[in-house]
Amino acid sequence: MDATRLLQLLLNGMMTGAILMMPAIGLTLIYGVLRFPNFAVAAHATVGAFAGYVVNTQLGWALLPSLACAVVAAALVGVATDEFVLKPVRPAGSITTAIASVALTIALENVIRFFFGNDLRGYVLPVVRDWRFAGLRLSPQQVENLVIAGVAVAVLFAFLTFTRTGKAMRAVADNPMLANIKGIDADKVGRLVTFVGMGFAGLGGMLTGLDTTIDPLTGFRTILSVFAAAVVGGFGSVPGAVIGALTVGVGEELCLVVLSPEYRSAVGFLVILLVLSVRPRGILGQREF
Amino acid sequence: MAVTGGLYALMAIGVNLTWGLAGMVNLGLIGFFAVGAYVSALLSLRLGIPIVAAIACGGMAAALTGAGLAVITARLRGDYLAIVTLGFAETIRITAANEIWLTNGSDGLSGIPGPFRAALNPELYNLLFLAIVVAMVALAYALAERLAKSPFGRVLRAIRDDEQVAAVAGKSVIAFKIKAFALSAGALGIAGALYAHFNSFIAPEIFVPLFTLYIKLALLAGGRGNNRGAVLGGFLVVFLLESGRFLIPLLPGLSAVQGAALREFLIAALLLLLLRLRPSGLLPEPRRTLVDYPRTGVAR
Repeated sequence: MDATRLLQLLLNGMMTGAILMMPAIGLTLIYGVLRFPNFAVAAHATVGAFAGYVVNTQLGWALLPSLACAVVAAALVGVATDEFVLKPVRPAGSITTAIASVALTIALENVIRFFFGNDLRGYVLPVVRDWRFAGLRLSPQQVENLVIAGVAVAVLFAFLTFTRTGKAMRAVADNPMLANIKGIDADKVGRLVTFVGMGFAGLGGMLTGLDTTIDPLTGFRTILSVFAAAVVGGFGSVPGAVIGALTVGVGEELCLVVLSPEYRSAVGFLVILLVLSVRPRGILGQREF
Repeated sequence: MAVTGGLYALMAIGVNLTWGLAGMVNLGLIGFFAVGAYVSALLSLRLGIPIVAAIACGGMAAALTGAGLAVITARLRGDYLAIVTLGFAETIRITAANEIWLTNGSDGLSGIPGPFRAALNPELYNLLFLAIVVAMVALAYALAERLAKSPFGRVLRAIRDDEQVAAVAGKSVIAFKIKAFALSAGALGIAGALYAHFNSFIAPEIFVPLFTLYIKLALLAGGRGNNRGAVLGGFLVVFLLESGRFLIPLLPGLSAVQGAALREFLIAALLLLLLRLRPSGLLPEPRRTLVDYPRTGVAR
């Protein structure tokens, strides 16, 4: 394979990874604070995608406002479902809650299917030609996605590092009991992290759809890759999720040279198996498993 | 319908072994079901192997796959097993859909032979199969009950309740977990193989995660940790599914897709409600005292 092809694959991989990053961050954030893998990030990605779709096509909103709507809608739904569906189950343990989140995913997916059917839908966006340079191809939409993703992650980092609430979140993730002693309300932090986490998922959902189309299964299709990203990076670590997403994105593109595109999720699965066998902690994870 | 109920019961019994007794969660149940179904179907279709042998092979293939999966994840927290099993099921489905040379892809395999299918008319065939399934469920139930009461079962329960204690007591936790998982996967595989031969047609689209939820629901509703509950739950879930299939089209103004969505939503919602309100199920596992008193005349 020549260098150009390789570069193109790497480029594609980074683009995929940039989008994958969003739900992965959501997943890992929620895991860090609430201590269970919330499979429902997949469904909330779909929720975000469809929320953005509705405002984009029915109300004629432009791209950025639609994205904002996607984020907020997914975040709000996330808090609602967590509060009423998942929170009561949490005392039963992380595994039971994980199962509940799978059921929640299917429930949400079907609510969307109920209202929107199974058809593929696309956003209304201006059509722009791909850029070509040095034998490589890049669509402006992908670049825009990358920029948006970058901005979102940067904002998150700033939030977590510099603001009081952000630090409170990190405190609860690190040591809930100590945080409690310091007077940090774990409940409120839990709600906040769900808001942020699902918001990110919604962002990721819409970004995925911008490039292609959306349907009720948009989120679920990516769930293995999202998990792979979080596992590779290490559950609970946001920088890990970023690195993990990029790695998985590039890895998927490279594997797709030999496998057909349908196998994308299978690659995610294999990555998960590989990481779990060799280094369950992931690259930046801290907990012992 | 009863046949399907029986199959669900069979699977629920299998799952009880891991989830109920050992506390291991398997979110990829349909994956093992699919492995059993495809292996058995392919063996009998392509190689003409007798049905009984094919079914046995299907079950064994599933068990081996389960063991393999467990070997990789046994050391890790339950969350990871959940993810890996989910991924496994999806990968199986994708492989089945794409490896056309092996599985005929999305078109599925049809014409899978059933026992005496040609000789009997449809009603008698269904009855015969029902008898077979009932026999298998009874067999599985008997085996599972014996296992549950045996030292093997006790170790599994110990692992579920407190893994560290079990390890300290000298039990090789990992070996037990792998065995339990393999057995459970085998049960699922046999159910899958039976399904294939009963239905004479399988396709990748059947094996969706929703299915896993159905089985989980069956076990949860019937009662985790005990086999009677598993059987009861199995039939209950099928009853719900089928009545949904009849009743929902009666609701005015719903398209087919909406009806299907509603049904799936209700199942998921039911599972969530159960998890929230009555996690122990209809027939909860009886609390065991240190010494098992005979059941007659002893106050509980």
